[in-house]
Amino acid sequence: MFDFSIVTQAIHTALLSIMPEGLAIFLECVVVGVCLLLMYTVIAIVMIFMERKVCAAFQCRLGPVRVGPWGTLQVICDVFKMLTKEIITIRHADRFLYNLAPYIVILASVLAFSCLPINRGMEVLDFNVGVFFTMAASSIGVVGILLAGWSSNNKYSLIGAMRSGAQMISYELSIGLSILTIVVLTDTMQLSEIVERQADGWFIFKGHIPAIIAFIIYLIAGNAEVNRGPFDLPEAESELTAGYHTEYSGMHFGLFYVAEFVNLFIIAGLAATIFLGGWMPLHIPGLDAFNTVMDYIPGFVWFFAKAFFVVWLLMWIKWTFPRLRVDQILTLEWKYLVPIGLANLLLMVIVVVFKLHF
Amino acid sequence: MWKRNTSYNMTIREKITAWEPAAEWSAEGDGMLTVPVETFHDLAVRLKREGFDFLRSLTGMDWGEGRFGAVYHIESTATGENIVLRVFTPAPDKCGLPSVGDVWKGALLNEREAYDYFGIQFLNHPDMRRLYLRDDWVGHPLRKDYDPALNPLRMNNEVSQDSTPHFELMPDGSLIRKREVIFDEGEYVINVGPQHPATHGVLRFRVSLEGEIIRKLDVHCGYIHRGIEKMCESLTYPQTLALTDRLDYLGASQNRHALCMCIEKGLGLEVSRRVQYIRTIMDELQRIDSHLLFFSCLCMDMGALTAFFYGFRDREKVLDILEQTTGGRLIQNYNVIGGVQADIHPDFVRRVKEFIAYMRPTLREYHEIFTGNVIARQRLVGTGVLTREDAISFGATGGTGRASGWACDVRKRHPYAMYGEVDFDEVLFTEGDCYARYMVRMREIEQSLRIIEQLIDNIPEGEYRTKTKPVIRIPEGTYYSAVEGSRGEFGVFIESRGDKSPYRMKFRSTGLPLVSCLETIARGAKIADLIAIGGTLDYVVPDIDR
Repeated sequence: MFDFSIVTQAIHTALLSIMPEGLAIFLECVVVGVCLLLMYTVIAIVMIFMERKVCAAFQCRLGPVRVGPWGTLQVICDVFKMLTKEIITIRHADRFLYNLAPYIVILASVLAFSCLPINRGMEVLDFNVGVFFTMAASSIGVVGILLAGWSSNNKYSLIGAMRSGAQMISYELSIGLSILTIVVLTDTMQLSEIVERQADGWFIFKGHIPAIIAFIIYLIAGNAEVNRGPFDLPEAESELTAGYHTEYSGMHFGLFYVAEFVNLFIIAGLAATIFLGGWMPLHIPGLDAFNTVMDYIPGFVWFFAKAFFVVWLLMWIKWTFPRLRVDQILTLEWKYLVPIGLANLLLMVIVVVFKLHF
Repeated sequence: MWKRNTSYNMTIREKITAWEPAAEWSAEGDGMLTVPVETFHDLAVRLKREGFDFLRSLTGMDWGEGRFGAVYHIESTATGENIVLRVFTPAPDKCGLPSVGDVWKGALLNEREAYDYFGIQFLNHPDMRRLYLRDDWVGHPLRKDYDPALNPLRMNNEVSQDSTPHFELMPDGSLIRKREVIFDEGEYVINVGPQHPATHGVLRFRVSLEGEIIRKLDVHCGYIHRGIEKMCESLTYPQTLALTDRLDYLGASQNRHALCMCIEKGLGLEVSRRVQYIRTIMDELQRIDSHLLFFSCLCMDMGALTAFFYGFRDREKVLDILEQTTGGRLIQNYNVIGGVQADIHPDFVRRVKEFIAYMRPTLREYHEIFTGNVIARQRLVGTGVLTREDAISFGATGGTGRASGWACDVRKRHPYAMYGEVDFDEVLFTEGDCYARYMVRMREIEQSLRIIEQLIDNIPEGEYRTKTKPVIRIPEGTYYSAVEGSRGEFGVFIESRGDKSPYRMKFRSTGLPLVSCLETIARGAKIADLIAIGGTLDYVVPDIDR
């Protein structure tokens, strides 16, 4: 299994040989930050392209085909278009909060993104309460959405923001419970450590019944958390035109849009990390030859494959299901998912205490 | 067969003459009873009690020489009996008719329309605002003495009124004008439309919300009002045909069928059986087209975008068939007085049969992707219930009425073209909720396929068009014909004075009653339900605005 820390160590030693340690670390931080943002953008572009192609396939269409081979340059062109568009400020908007909101959303998204362990030794933010930090960071996003809805002085936006607030805060609970179920199984909250523990089998297999229940709850709640269909109420285009980002144009809208897609990736990436073994290859105990072959596939390939598989699952759901109503969304969370999640947590505790897991 | 209200074997006309000795019968055209205005409201109440619970059409009129009034087409849903009443306003200078909105709720918006067009003030009408034109419009455009120069193009925006006038009659015979508040200052009022993804056109609702719950809803029509009825008054009969396709563009074929039928009735013209067959098949293809679009748009409104594409994919096949024969896709301009524009394309029969064979299994696909979906059911079942009484009172015909258990299909009530001879079921549901309205339309696609199947192989040989003169004069009188449009009864009312163009032509909108019952249905529902209700009512805005 390729360890990326060899590369980072080599760079670190090389830098230390020509400059003092403080400067080297500062330089490394800058480089890592730039790489992170670059990867963030690339993933956003890939996600948007994937969304278009996947939904086109579901809808008997072709999707983008004209720009570049198989339409691959379409999204890049759209990004440039978005960058050149005027950012319109609304006359009676709360100017400061209105301009701040998209950055809060993108900040939350980048913070959560940087927690994802992509490969061994390729963790940017990784410490002992990693899971906790990821959740805390990602839930800052709701503040941005509420601010956007409130400050744009638009009644549709405000309703969208209210829905979003109620929905995201509620579903945070289910996400927390389902992740906690796995934390009970692993007794660690460090994301890299969680991946390491899955070397002999992914948690979805090791934790069997409670882990599968937790995974399903996580997918539903995660989908709701990123405001995607069938939970796309905050921006329900047929009801609220565009919900909280109705009044945003140009790159301000672009930031919301990008954040939405990367948030989807983060949810999928976290699912891959926690339930599907992250960058760990698929190992079947007893089949050593198979395991060796699997080990030759680099970790980041495993990670991205798993993450995009989950993304694809979520897109499938989005493009098939109609939208829920606001009361139904809260009923689903508080009357079904939370009680099931709690019972499932208890079940996992029993499984762990009596060592019923693999 | 013994029936309660015909137990004395008296027709309603005889009964009215018995109650109102002053009522006069005029036999020209379809014939109508002129009843005195003083006791008209009592008569309306009495008629309702007699079972005449469906106000088919209310037409404001200007008969010239300062005589204004209205024509009421009323039907008994129990017996199917019809009566046409005419009421004059009391005196030329005093324009006041009693409102019958309390008897037939559907009259409320129609009376506003009559007020808008003719300036007839309806007494005790709770909301006497203009319906289509701007509040600052000068004069009433359908009056014969109206001068268009009064209303130059205005460059200022129309201000939304939060109150409405209301006219009451004083004992001394004078009118007083009161104002009633629609929306208080503290209410959270949002605009849904005129530019909104879910209003299916430029319709505008002002909705007062309490959180997500709708407390009040106020409909604003007229954003694409083109004055088609006024235009018809200066066109010859063959020219008026061009406008009907532009009303309900998803019922273009049926609308034009209704107008042709009405003119042919006035002329006493019999069309050949070949024409009847072709018209019936075209109407049903149009209905399938409309219902497929209904399915698509409802799914899109509910957020199921994939189903939307399924519907549009298959609608394209219908449009291709229509295009091949008529040359038009959305607007076909196919029916003409005395027949159809051109004979059917040689491939028509084959392609229609292919389409029928294709459509049946595809409908199952629709049910799999949307009908059976748990979220779709949660959203549709039990929301937006319209009771049978309300449906009749508002005159909400078509799929909406049938979903509420009202057998209102014109094809069964007053069979026309080939409908009397083909075998099909009138789809009825009793729940009256969004799901029933949805299912009615899905089942009606099947019934339409069935009708076409029975006709397509037996189209008789014959003339596809009876030659008519370019200038047509209909004998003096009033004529009303109705067809089952894609979303309800589409009626054409013509008053002819023997000229080459109609004296008054009124189209009974299929959409206006649907919009008028929206307030009743949506009150207390959530804002997301409003979208589902609007989607399942399936109105088309150009048809409302005319």
